[in-house]
Amino acid sequence: MSCIQTIQDYGLRSLGIGERLLPRNDFTLCEQFTLIGSGMIWNIYFGIMALATGFFLATALALGKASTNKWLRKPAEWFIFLFRGSPLFIQFFFAYFLFLSLKQTFPFLDALTSAWLGALIVLFFNTAAYSGEIFYGALRSIPKGDIEAADAYGMTGWSRFRRIVWPTMLRLAWPAYTNEAIFLFHATTLVFFSAFPVWQQRGDALYYAGYFADKTFNPFIPYPILAFYFILLTLVVIWGFGVVNKRLNRHLPVAKRTKMKLRLNLAR
Amino acid sequence: MKKLILTTAALALGAGMAMADTIRLGTEGAYAPWNFVNDAGEIDGFERELGDELCKRANLECEWVKNDWDSIIPNLVSGNYDAIIAGMSITDERDEVIDFTQNYTPPDPSAYLAMSEEVDLAGGVIAAQTGTIQAGYIADSGATLVEFANPEETLAAVRSGEADAVLADKSFLAPFTEDGSGLLFVGDEVPLGGGVGMGIRESDGDLKEKFNAAIQSMKDDGSLNELITKWEVSSTF
Amino acid sequence: MHWLFYLSFFKVLLLLAITAPVALGFGFLGAMAARSHFPPLSLLGKGYIAIVRGVPDIAFFMFFVIALDQAFEWTRHKILCPEWTDPIRQGNDFIVCQAAKLPLGTAPEWVHETYGFFLAVITFSIVFGAFAANVLFGGMRAVPHAQLETAEAYGMTRRQTFWRILVPQMWVYALPGLSNLWMVLIKATPLLFLLGIEDIVYWARELGGFKNPKFTQYPHGDWRMWYFLALLVFYLGMTRISEIGLERLMRRLSHGQATSGGELLRKETTA
Repeated sequence: MSCIQTIQDYGLRSLGIGERLLPRNDFTLCEQFTLIGSGMIWNIYFGIMALATGFFLATALALGKASTNKWLRKPAEWFIFLFRGSPLFIQFFFAYFLFLSLKQTFPFLDALTSAWLGALIVLFFNTAAYSGEIFYGALRSIPKGDIEAADAYGMTGWSRFRRIVWPTMLRLAWPAYTNEAIFLFHATTLVFFSAFPVWQQRGDALYYAGYFADKTFNPFIPYPILAFYFILLTLVVIWGFGVVNKRLNRHLPVAKRTKMKLRLNLAR
Repeated sequence: MKKLILTTAALALGAGMAMADTIRLGTEGAYAPWNFVNDAGEIDGFERELGDELCKRANLECEWVKNDWDSIIPNLVSGNYDAIIAGMSITDERDEVIDFTQNYTPPDPSAYLAMSEEVDLAGGVIAAQTGTIQAGYIADSGATLVEFANPEETLAAVRSGEADAVLADKSFLAPFTEDGSGLLFVGDEVPLGGGVGMGIRESDGDLKEKFNAAIQSMKDDGSLNELITKWEVSSTF
Repeated sequence: MHWLFYLSFFKVLLLLAITAPVALGFGFLGAMAARSHFPPLSLLGKGYIAIVRGVPDIAFFMFFVIALDQAFEWTRHKILCPEWTDPIRQGNDFIVCQAAKLPLGTAPEWVHETYGFFLAVITFSIVFGAFAANVLFGGMRAVPHAQLETAEAYGMTRRQTFWRILVPQMWVYALPGLSNLWMVLIKATPLLFLLGIEDIVYWARELGGFKNPKFTQYPHGDWRMWYFLALLVFYLGMTRISEIGLERLMRRLSHGQATSGGELLRKETTA
């Protein structure tokens, strides 16, 4: 069987499209690359969806934590502490238990126990908490002059937030936020590993890597393949966030732009 | 200097030879009644008793080691212990990587456990532990396979209705039919695997022969059947 | 049997206590290598940082312990048994001479367990060393350049500048990143069971899982929920304590530094 054929058969296997049975013997490198790559679809899906949705909650949490109103501040603080202070592993465990019992009381919540929704919700809360803390830190370090300038222009409320506070916050937070995105993509491997069941062998990259390691009893091929895919993914994430960073900083003089880069990764 | 190193090496080698009769047995410790951790924190179960008896008959000093199921074979071939005695069914794909002794239980049927009689075993949702022969069997059978990381969760899935039934070794499932939670055996038993044997490195022919002889002697004098009956792990020979 | 569960909390704390400095050491070496003006060394440092950071820690843990163990035994085999002629890899088997075995086949069980623990520490340290290297690398570059130029003007060599000026000053810049890393490290410990250590998650599952009356005197249903709740409290507590401790450390380090934090401290004391 040629490699092209394998890719046709198994390229979308993680979504349930293509050959139903996984390869059973005589595993080729091509099969391992194809299936583990197919599983990456899930990792990318979880990562992107959680980031995209978590971003908004994170902004809200950061504003909440920075608020002077106790009723806004305390819930935001507790939410961030709870999700940043406990391992994702344990969050998944509790979430699955909770979703299971919710489903038994309210049958229409059926989808919660499947990974595509249930795990996504956990990752969404998790990344929102981490990013919220990052944004909060950035919010506090917005130069006083920027706000004063906005006041001088007569900007208030929403327009001040949208045109001054928010862009500056993002600009300051971006390097750390990039790191958070990388960690989040890595965290997606936990979904099927510890918490959510795998239906009809449609799993993520780690699941398939585990499948091959289990069948060939040789961990030294599938896991490095998985590592290879993730290094690629990480590079793409860094590149993508770099493009946005450039856009966020396009008004700054060149010397200052490079300075931004130095701060990269100082904090998660 | 070189000579010195050589002598110490020889000494170490000699010491290794003299004590080479210490054999490390790897097991999982989470598969009652085959092997499990008892209240005192020690490995216990059918295979504990069997292993100790086999070692006595083969004149070996044995030590027990616990290892996660997922990496139990890689750690054997890597030399972290010398034999696997963990309820491991003899299958072709495993046999390609390691050697097995002769089986110490006859091929034991797997069985479906469900909450009610009327489940659809051919097309329903069947749970199994990831990476077991049962998981492979369900994937082939056309039923919807749902895999969980450990056996505990497969049962929890049936209780909660996530899965219609679970497929596993009958002896492992049997105690759960008596715990009053309403679980019962359904459908036909499925013969899978070639019985349970000890896993040994392919290059370790000597050890395999020793254990083969010991198992044979236990089969001959009926003590193996006694153990099997005592722990209710499978049918007898 | 429950004392094993309590012991495992101690194991986790011990692992954290050992891993943190070792990982910092790896990180320091990595950052130094990455800064090096000798291209292969700098490439090595940067490669280490990029590769290990790019891979999810689980994927690393899945094969790294066995790889490390085999690497050690292979090296010992080459040194201790030079007269050995059989191949080390025979099919699937990895075979070294008895003397090269780690630990020796005759060693008592506690040696094996300690060795397993040691491998886990090394693995954790290599992974988190890469993150630490990245943070320290950033910290070194954040030290104001004028400081280094001044040192040069005083006639210090590169080595002197590095040890006397750069290293003492970089900590304050690296501390936020390092404290974050510490938090991440704490939360990575539930993965210890992947490395063959019977950690708190292992025992929470084992003890909390359904217990059949046949095999125990204390039968119970699925209690994992409560055991995991205990873990949750443990981790939240650890996080809180760390937050307080790190806050204090930051205040001390900021003392007399040319940063906004240092400025704040100065104002507080003079006001």
